[in-house]
Amino acid sequence: MISLAGENVPPLLDVRGLRKYFPVTRGFFRRVVAQVRAVDDVSFAVRQGETLGLVGESGCGKTTLSRSILRAIEPTAGQVLYRTREGKVVDLAPMSGAELKPLRRDVQMIFQDPFGSLNPRMTLLDNVGEPLLVNGMRSRRERTERVAGLLQLVGLRPEFMHRFPHAFSGGQRQRIGIARALATSPRLVVADEPVSALDVSVQAQVLNLLLELQSRLRLTFIFVAHDLSVVRHISDRVAVMYVGQLVELAPTEAVFARPRHPYTAALMRAVPVPDPRIAVGDAILKGEVPSPAAPPSGCYFHPRCRFAQDRCCREAPLLREVSPGHFARCHFAEQLSLQAA
Amino acid sequence: MPPTPTAAESREQIEPLLSVRDLRVVFELEEGTVRAVDGVSFNVRAGQVVGIVGESGCGKSVTMKAILQLIETPGRISRGEILYRQNGARPRVLDLARLRPRGALMRALRGAEIALIPQEPMAAFSPVHTVGQQIIEAIMLHASRHPDGRSISRHDARVMTIELFRDVGISMPEQRVDAYSWQLSGGLRQRAMIAMALSCRPRLLIADEPTTAIDVTTQAQILALLRELQRKYDTAIIFITHDLGVIAQVAHYVVVMYLGSVMEEGPVDDIFHAPKHPYTKALLRSIPSLYGETRMILPVIAGALPHPFNRPPGCPFHPRCDLVIPHRCAHAVPRLVPVGLQQQASCFLYHDPAEPA
Repeated sequence: MISLAGENVPPLLDVRGLRKYFPVTRGFFRRVVAQVRAVDDVSFAVRQGETLGLVGESGCGKTTLSRSILRAIEPTAGQVLYRTREGKVVDLAPMSGAELKPLRRDVQMIFQDPFGSLNPRMTLLDNVGEPLLVNGMRSRRERTERVAGLLQLVGLRPEFMHRFPHAFSGGQRQRIGIARALATSPRLVVADEPVSALDVSVQAQVLNLLLELQSRLRLTFIFVAHDLSVVRHISDRVAVMYVGQLVELAPTEAVFARPRHPYTAALMRAVPVPDPRIAVGDAILKGEVPSPAAPPSGCYFHPRCRFAQDRCCREAPLLREVSPGHFARCHFAEQLSLQAA
Repeated sequence: MPPTPTAAESREQIEPLLSVRDLRVVFELEEGTVRAVDGVSFNVRAGQVVGIVGESGCGKSVTMKAILQLIETPGRISRGEILYRQNGARPRVLDLARLRPRGALMRALRGAEIALIPQEPMAAFSPVHTVGQQIIEAIMLHASRHPDGRSISRHDARVMTIELFRDVGISMPEQRVDAYSWQLSGGLRQRAMIAMALSCRPRLLIADEPTTAIDVTTQAQILALLRELQRKYDTAIIFITHDLGVIAQVAHYVVVMYLGSVMEEGPVDDIFHAPKHPYTKALLRSIPSLYGETRMILPVIAGALPHPFNRPPGCPFHPRCDLVIPHRCAHAVPRLVPVGLQQQASCFLYHDPAEPA
């Protein structure tokens, strides 16, 4: 077991009440007629050295959430509290570009598409070395040395650095993307679906690499994915999103052994198990994910929930601690006895 | 599980509906010839779901295109047979590989007897016609081509389309029939595509990664729908996917492909519980499970998929195989040999060692 997440370590990242609304405009005057609540009051903390898995279906806001944390976009409200190397806690949410600049090297990203995220006209040396150049490493010799080290770190031969991305397979390109993300020695890495574009045989190699790098470099990961078995494999804790909100947040073992939110349970049951003897249950979730521009009243999940009561359509539940470290946004989290499989 | 055919059962059960034999598809490019499909054989029986599983470049989609005669130049079928047993007034066996891709016979088969559910319904539907118009057109077109010669009026075709929409679980079918594909959600769009594929009651349905672009809860709905419709209409399905979980849940019989060749094939339970080929075994080991231990190093398949121009000699999997037999696997191509009751593997481990390589 590789796990560095201790219980008493102060959080590296503490997200509080984060919201990102996108206005829907209409007409000549771009009148705002509605708000798409892509991220709606999300709070969670990430400890140093841990991996937080973020799961949810498309449109649930997981990418908007990770982009807000990275400050690729500006959140509408809320705090993104980050503990710096010096131990100072700063709020990334309201910062300007100039204020963010020195912190950018601490928080890096691994992208989903290893074909689209590398510049095809740059060699690996320039692709991987660019963040170093941007962060003030002017000497080419120094950069060459650093890139050689990074390529070795991700299991590629340093001689490859003079080649272009097209010469590499999907798995190798993802390794290059990881090397680039690690170039500035980040502390927090947000990986957005890093293995979903890869073939099965290569996916395992990249997952192993991420686990190995994490223990070697004491990295903290936010791992965004839709594949529950991958998330379960790599995460210490799992956060489940539905229509812009966190509906469950708990240690991996706990959430898979006993999910407390009906949506989490339904999501788990929907995963096709690679074993013909384990039939996916017939209790299939009906209907579709509602639009974040017009979410249902009360609990956003109530129109699809098997256990919905009158209270669920009137009153929106809060994310609350159901058992130590296990949070769920459901009125009946204690009463329901849900099963993952 | 498919019923094991007994002697009492009809010809229908014993004779395959589709028999692909030693199929080879090549792409002649300036840089060289790519053998995208290299000697693939498998059978599909009436009412059976055959899953073709493999990673990118394994030839699963090219095989599907070859069956429908949709290979585009510079690709062509260079060898092999695709025998399709046609029913009706004059039962006969057609070799689809010999038919002209744009000929009348192939066009009458496509859509009417062999239908396709594509991966991207967004790309497959025309955005400037309503989904209803497109399905109505298909129904009317194939009815007019039908040997019985009875034509269907636009009104009747519309009623049939609405009925189909209801069948595939589209709510408010009377309204949805007049919707454009871009007005529908991903799940509804795929349901409409399934309705279109089923519109002419095909005997063989080819589903090419039909749930890959869809979320997991919608995927579960679509898979359940396909299972239900398959039982109801007794349609044979060739289900192409890279997802071993999906294959385990839908297929009766599984064909595992790698670099254009069949590595192993057999009943779904044997493939998942008694795999014989080193590639199948390694593939199954490398997927993280929903039950095993977490944060462990996963067993991996060493190396990467070779580039199609650099196809290794001998067994295509030998450079990545942990059970490679020196001086044998690199020099000759293994045949599919029986390794179980209905299971076959293409590996020298199961060849007679005395047999000359």
